[in-house]
Parts: sequence; structure tokens; C-alpha cells
Amino acid sequence: MANFIQAYSWLNIRYLLEGLWITVEISAVSIVFSFIIGGLLGLLRYVKIKYLSALVGFVIDIIRNLPLLLILFFTFFGLPNIGIKPDAIMAAILAMTVFESAMVAEIIRSGIQAVDPGQMEAARSNGMTYRQAMQHIILPQAIKKMIPPLVSQFVSLIKDTSLATIIMLPELMYHAQIIYGQNTNFVLPMFLALAVLYFIVCYALSWLSRILDRRMGA
Amino acid sequence: MISILVNHWPEFWSGFLFTLGSSILALIGSLIVGTIFALLEISEHKWERIVGRVYVEIFRNIPLLVITMFFYVVIPMFITNVNGFTAGTIGLTIYTSAFIAETVRAGIEAVDPGQMEAARSNGLTYLQAMTHIVFPQAIKITIPPLGNQFINLVKNSSVLAFVAGFDLMYQGNLIASTTFDTSNTYLAVGLLYLILTLPLSYFMRYLEKKWA
Repeated sequence: MANFIQAYSWLNIRYLLEGLWITVEISAVSIVFSFIIGGLLGLLRYVKIKYLSALVGFVIDIIRNLPLLLILFFTFFGLPNIGIKPDAIMAAILAMTVFESAMVAEIIRSGIQAVDPGQMEAARSNGMTYRQAMQHIILPQAIKKMIPPLVSQFVSLIKDTSLATIIMLPELMYHAQIIYGQNTNFVLPMFLALAVLYFIVCYALSWLSRILDRRMGA
Repeated sequence: MISILVNHWPEFWSGFLFTLGSSILALIGSLIVGTIFALLEISEHKWERIVGRVYVEIFRNIPLLVITMFFYVVIPMFITNVNGFTAGTIGLTIYTSAFIAETVRAGIEAVDPGQMEAARSNGLTYLQAMTHIVFPQAIKITIPPLGNQFINLVKNSSVLAFVAGFDLMYQGNLIASTTFDTSNTYLAVGLLYLILTLPLSYFMRYLEKKWA
């Protein structure tokens, strides 16, 4: 018990929260980037431009099937070998964005594809252009289907930022390791704190999405 | 890239086998644990439902790395020594079982409840109805998402590199640090991961289309 009281000193808690803040920042930046890039790539794959869509699809499949940790190693240790030297924060954001964009693209594509093709046909035969039909009929329905998988993808992203501890990004996991590295009595309290802090952030995000879901009446 | 792959083939190959072995062990383990918690989640008793729900929510919302490091760092301090491969595989099993529980639960819930009622009113016990009537129908719905979970498992097994689990990622790091040719080494590692994951991913997409 004394270990816990000692481990949760204000200094340590503040240090953990600083790490959590980096985790949240890196996640937020990566979520925004991968949502934009992934959305564009997903649309590009869906609309079927000759060769281009197939190529984009192939690259997306390759990236989705690689471990994020490998991509992270590549951006931090591999890129300097070919003359690009990103720092830990840049390498982490780059790796997360590349990986998550591919994941998001796939979610967007399958969300659009899940809309009944009859909807598009009906919209077109009512005189709408392809773009109008897409914008007013297909996408609003597709977005409802995309929200749950997108949110769980972003929850994964937050959890996966912990991997960046290996490139010494000062996020939550890294800060916890520094604290318990100084005193073995702090190991158990730190793991408990890690579990609780990650859980709160991730659970809050899925909770938010459930509220959003209900509001949209999906 | 090819020359690194050829020169260090024994290390790459042993890493490949460790990755495959850890993934398969964790898949078997998490199928068993995941199915048990899926059954708890849909149980008729309130307390069993709560236990299932809490397990799934906890382990879905904590990073795999934290769970794995817990078994690698904390368990040896209090209980018994665990090597990296075991700690990593246990971590993978627990983490994945939460996702598999969700998949199996969704599969079972997708089966028409009338099937269970009909089986029960024909005199089958709950367990008999589950194993002979509901499960066989649920499996078809669960196989494509389970395949995707296995792909995730293979990718996630790279976390073994954190705990000296001798997997592909770990060997890749060793080779990268001895040859200094980091970019080509990681490309070679990526190629080996793709050999495991890409065909499976295309096969699952084919199944989804075929069974849809």
C-alpha cells in the first residue's frame, strides 16, 4: 500500500499526465491526417479510375497487411538510411498516418459499397448527376455505416501510439517506464495507472461515438 | 534487399517460424477464451453477462503492449519467471480474445432467436441447443471476421520484439543493427510479413463476397 501512495506522488502523476498529453496530441494529429488522406484514397479506390484505382488499392492492401511497428521502425531507423532524418515525433506521426490512412481508406470504401446499389440507380433515374447522387444520397447513408468501424480504428490508433515508446517518443508508456525504471516498487502501481489512463481515453472515445450514433438515428 | 535476405536467411527464417508459432498458439488460445466470454456475454444470468462485458471492455481498451509488458515485467516480480515468447503469446491471447469474444457474440446474435426457442421447446438443453443448433449456423457468419482477427494477430505478434520474443521483427532489428542497412532489412521483414498476411487477407475478402 505504501508503494502505491509513494508511486502516485504528485510529481509522478504530473509526469504521467504529460505523457498522456503527448499520446493524445499525437493521436489527434494522426487521426485528422489519416481521416483526410484515407478518405481521399478510399473514394479514389471506389470510383474506379483505370489503373490508378487498382494501383491505389494494391498499395492500400500492402500497408494494411504490415505491422504498424514495422512501419514505425522504417520511418525512424530506415528513412535515415536513405537520407531523410525525421525526429521521433515526426516519425511517429508519419508512421501512424501512413498505416491508419490505409485502414481508413478500406473502411470508407466498404462503407460506400455497403449502400444498396439500387439507391444509386434510383437517384440517377430521377435525373441526378453521378456527383449529386453521391453527395446527397449515397454518402449520407454510407457515413452512418462507417462511424462504428472508424471509431474502433481510432481507438486502435490511440492504443498503438504506445508502440512509439520504442523510438523514445515521450508518450504515456515511455514516461511510465521511466518512473518504474527508477524504483521497482513502482512497477505494479505504474501498470495499474497505464491501464486506467488508456482505458479512460479509449472508452471515452467509443462512448462519444455511441452518443453520436444515437443522435444520427442509425 | 535480396542480398540481405539471402545472407541472413537462417535468422529471418527462424523469426518467421517464431512469428507463425506465436500467432497460431495465440489464435487457438484466444478462440477458446474468446468463445467462453462470448457465451458469458449472452448468458441468461445477469452476473455472467456483467463478467463477460467487463472482460471484453477492459482488454479492448488497453494497448496490447501494456498487457504484454505486464506479463514480462510484473509477473516475474511476484509469481514466476516468464520468457519473452511466452509473455508475448499470453499477452496476444488475452488481447485478441476480447476481440474474438465480440466477433463470436455478434455471430451468435445474428442467428434467428427462433432457432434457440425451437430447439429448447423440442426438449434440448441450453448447452445442446447451443452446440448443435446455434453454433453451426453462427460459424459461417464468424469465419471472415475471425480470419481478419488472425491477420491482426500476425501483425500484432511483432510486439514480441519488445520482450525479446525471437520473432520476425526482433530478428529484423538484430540484422538491422549489425548490417546498418536498416531500410533494406525492414523491407525484407515487410516482405516476409506480407507472405503470411496478404494471401489470407485476399482469401477472406473472397469468402465475404461468396457468402454475402
